[in-house]
This record gives sequence, structure tokens and C-alpha cells, in this order.
Amino acid sequence: MDVVEGIKRGDRRALARAISVAEGGGAAPLVSALFKETGRAFTIGITGPPGVGKSTLTGALVTRARKEGKSVGLILVDPSSPFSQGALLGDRIRLSDHFTDPDVFIRSMASRGHLGGIAGATGDAVMLMDAFGKDLVIVETVGVGQSEIEIAEVADTTVVCLQPGSGDSIQVLKAGIMEIADIFVVNKADHPMAGQLRREIRVMMTMLDWQGWAPALVMTQATAGEGVDQLWQALWSHRAYLQESGELRVKRASAFAHEVRNLIVGRLAGAVDGAMAAAAVSGLMEQVADRVLDPYAAAEQIFQRFDPKAPHSPGARLAPRVRATVKGFHKASETETAHHHKMIV
Amino acid sequence: MMSMPTHTFRIVVAKPGLDGHDRGAKIVARALRDAGMEVIYTGLHQTAEEIVETAIQEDADVIGVSILSGAHMTIFPKLFGLLRERDAGDIVVVAGGVIQSEDVPRLQEMGVSAVYDAEQPLQALVDAVTRLAAERRVRLGL
Ligand SMILES: Nc1nc2c(ncn2[C@@H]2O[C@H](COP(=O)(O)OP(=O)(O)OP(=O)(O)O)[C@@H](O)[C@H]2O)c(=O)[nH]1
Ligand SMILES: [Mg+2]
Repeated sequence: MDVVEGIKRGDRRALARAISVAEGGGAAPLVSALFKETGRAFTIGITGPPGVGKSTLTGALVTRARKEGKSVGLILVDPSSPFSQGALLGDRIRLSDHFTDPDVFIRSMASRGHLGGIAGATGDAVMLMDAFGKDLVIVETVGVGQSEIEIAEVADTTVVCLQPGSGDSIQVLKAGIMEIADIFVVNKADHPMAGQLRREIRVMMTMLDWQGWAPALVMTQATAGEGVDQLWQALWSHRAYLQESGELRVKRASAFAHEVRNLIVGRLAGAVDGAMAAAAVSGLMEQVADRVLDPYAAAEQIFQRFDPKAPHSPGARLAPRVRATVKGFHKASETETAHHHKMIV
Repeated sequence: MMSMPTHTFRIVVAKPGLDGHDRGAKIVARALRDAGMEVIYTGLHQTAEEIVETAIQEDADVIGVSILSGAHMTIFPKLFGLLRERDAGDIVVVAGGVIQSEDVPRLQEMGVSAVYDAEQPLQALVDAVTRLAAERRVRLGL
């Protein structure tokens, strides 16, 4: 299957396969071939703690978008099990109204060890859906509690969802999520504490000095579709702001710079693994273990001989010391580990 | 580079028909996850059309259909018809749940690659899905 031609033709199987190739670490030729077709989609990130209603709200947004005739691509990220590398991807359950709509493409994605709240291949998948011609690409992150804020690198507009009665506003303050929110949503507005959370967020917003765009605050009841019109409007207001102020280009340029850096770091990580394996073979690491050589001196020696262009041979990697294995679970495959590398750091 | 294998098998676990609970399907889904697979769980009451579209968009290796009532003799012909129509006949289909043993040969004739009832050990199902998914990848050169 020529997935590039398939994507240009609008073949859904080709798009699906291309995303799998990207997940396997093979995005480079696809992105190279399709990059000129990208940059048109409005990309939206939906993030927030587990169970806040991200999937339900995403479903309601898709319904709204379809009413306007806009096509939608969805990427729904859930965590992989650190033990088995498997994943239970259940966000789709809340999107069943859209399963057979030819203008909606839904892809569940496991984080595969990536820690930023999205998967290593999420950005590539967004690009592929953009090239496919989707008007909107919406990414639902892993249910985050801490500082998983990478979504802001991938999305033009980031929606942070919170729910009443959960101490969410404190979390937000602590975790630095405040800074990535273009729009705050207080979902479950039917909850008696919703008004209080709204006030808390208002107060928090006065504590930061906003330049250009101060986050919008929208109350929703996703299960009833309430507040979704207001959210839709807030999304397009932010979109208009980004375009008129020139911020969109600045934002994307900085995200690309970040991505390019990550790609280089990923390649370097492979070379570092090779150098470490060679150092182990030459007995250098033994010397450290015997306390003959200190870790800084060992690193210096390896660095002086370091060849960043040394081909990455995954077989040469040092396996992390495994302290215990769970019965029946198996280790990460080579490609997953390599992929993991490419993305983290 | 293009066809770097992922080794991570993907399976859609679907629960068609009208019967109301999916405990069995969820147990199976968890076992497959614990065996290292990415399991796309779609919830209750799926139609054949919804299952096939989901499997295509998720680039699934396998569709696992959980059946409790006698609905399987109508769902499977529809499912295979749609898979063929959408050029997705390479996706492996397995069935599980409460299935009369006299129905098994007919299901296999329709194209179901493996049939499991709740009496069999879960590991047998996990092993079969793993083997079928691996064979499919080899067949397609993925
Ligand atoms: N009362 C009320 N319940 C809601 C509302 N929105 C969603 N829920 C419920 O909250 C639960 C979680 O909803 P999801 O949409 O799955 O939440 P999520 O944030 O996607 O969850 P994860 O992906 O697991 O992090 C479900 O039972 C929803 O029905 C709402 O506005 N009001
Ligand atoms: Mg969700």
C-alpha cells in the first residue's frame, strides 16, 4: 500500500496505516512527502484530570463541528501499561455517535512510555490528519494531574478541563497547567460546587499577567451538550486572535524548533547508547563499579571519544537492570525502546 | 524504514447486539492488554458497520467479537461482507462468549479464525490472538 498516495486520495485505510508507521518510529519519509500539504487544520488540545469529561466534551464538540460541515480528525491518547506495554484504549466509548460518519476519523493512541500526556507519535499523527484534509484535528490527552503539558506544543489552542469538588483549581496552580490554558472549561456544571470552582479560576487568572490573550472561561455540561456553543465560540475567537496577532506563526515556529531539537536529541541518544555499550565492553564501567574511576571522569572519557554520527544499533544498547519481572509480562520490544528514546528527553 | 515493524498488536474488542452487559468482554480486554496488546474498547451495542469502521481507523490486526445471545449468526455475515467491501478482508476476526458448539463450524466457514467460549482458559484465547496477529503481519509484510 502506498500510504502517501492513499492519504492524498482520501483513503482512510492509508491514513490508519500511516499513523501506525509513525508510531513504529517510521514517520520521517511520510512527513517529508506530505509536509507541504499540512498547516491548514485547526488543531485543538483537550486536557485535564482523569474522568473530568474530556471524551464526552470532545464528542459534543465533534457534533458541533459537523453541524458547521467541518471534517474532524480525533486522536485519543491513553496510557500504556508500564508492566506489559499493552494498553486499554477506552475513550472511543464516548464517541460512538460518530463511528460511521465518513468525515470523522477517530484514532486511539497509547502513550507507549512517553510521559508528556500525549504519545511520541501524536504530533506526527496530527500532521498526517492535517495532510489528509481534516478541518479540525482534536487531541484528547491522557488524564493528567501533574505537569504533562506537552499538548501545548502540538495544539494551536489548548483547552484545560476541570471539574467541581475535586480540588482541581489547586492542582492547576501547582502543576503549571494555568500557563498552557487558552480556554478553561469547568465541566459538570450541573454539580453544586461548579460556581465555586468558577470563582476560584477567576481569582487565579487575576494572579497572572496576561499578554495578548487572557484565557476564556466556559461552563459546560458535556453530557447534555450544554455550554458547547460557548466553547465553540471561544475556540474560534482564540483562532482569530492567533491569526490576527501573528501569534499563530510564532507559536508554530517555536513548536517546530522544539520538535527539531527533540529529533536531534533522539538520534544522539542512540549514539550515546552505542558509546555506553562500547565503554562497558572495554571495562570502563567496571572501573567505576570498583571505585577506581569516578562517574564524571568516565563520562568525560566517553564524551571525548563520542561520535554523534555513529549508527544506532539497538542491539548494542545497555539493557536497564531489571530488578523484578512480573510473571507473564514481557519486556519492551526494541523498536518501542528506540521510539521511547526519540521522544523523551 | 518505511515498514519498520511495531510488534505492538492492536485489537478491537466489540460487543454487538442488544444484551446489556460486557463484563466478559472487559475481562478479555484486560487479559489482552496484560499480554502487551493495544486493545481498543468500543463499548456496548455496536453494529457491524461501526465495528468495521472502527477496525479500519484503528488499523487493527484483529477484531474480537464478544457474543452472549444468539445474535452471531446475523452479525458475522454482515461483518465479513463489509470487510470485503472496504478492502479490509485481511483483518482477522475471532469470536468469544456463549456460542453453541454446533455453530462453531458454520462460524469458521464464514471466516471466523478462532472461536472461544467462556469455559476455555483465557490464556488459550490470548495465545491464539497473538499467533493470528503475528501471522497477519507476516502475511502483509508489516
Ligand atoms: N454530571 C456530569 N457528568 C459528566 C459530565 N461530563 C461527563 N460526565 C461523566 O463523567 C464520566 C467521565 O467522562 P469521560 O468523558 O470519560 O471523562 P475523561 O476526562 O475523558 O476521562 P479519561 O479519559 O478517563 O481521563 C462519565 O461517566 C461521564 O458521563 C457532565 O457535564 N456532568
Ligand atoms: Mg477520555
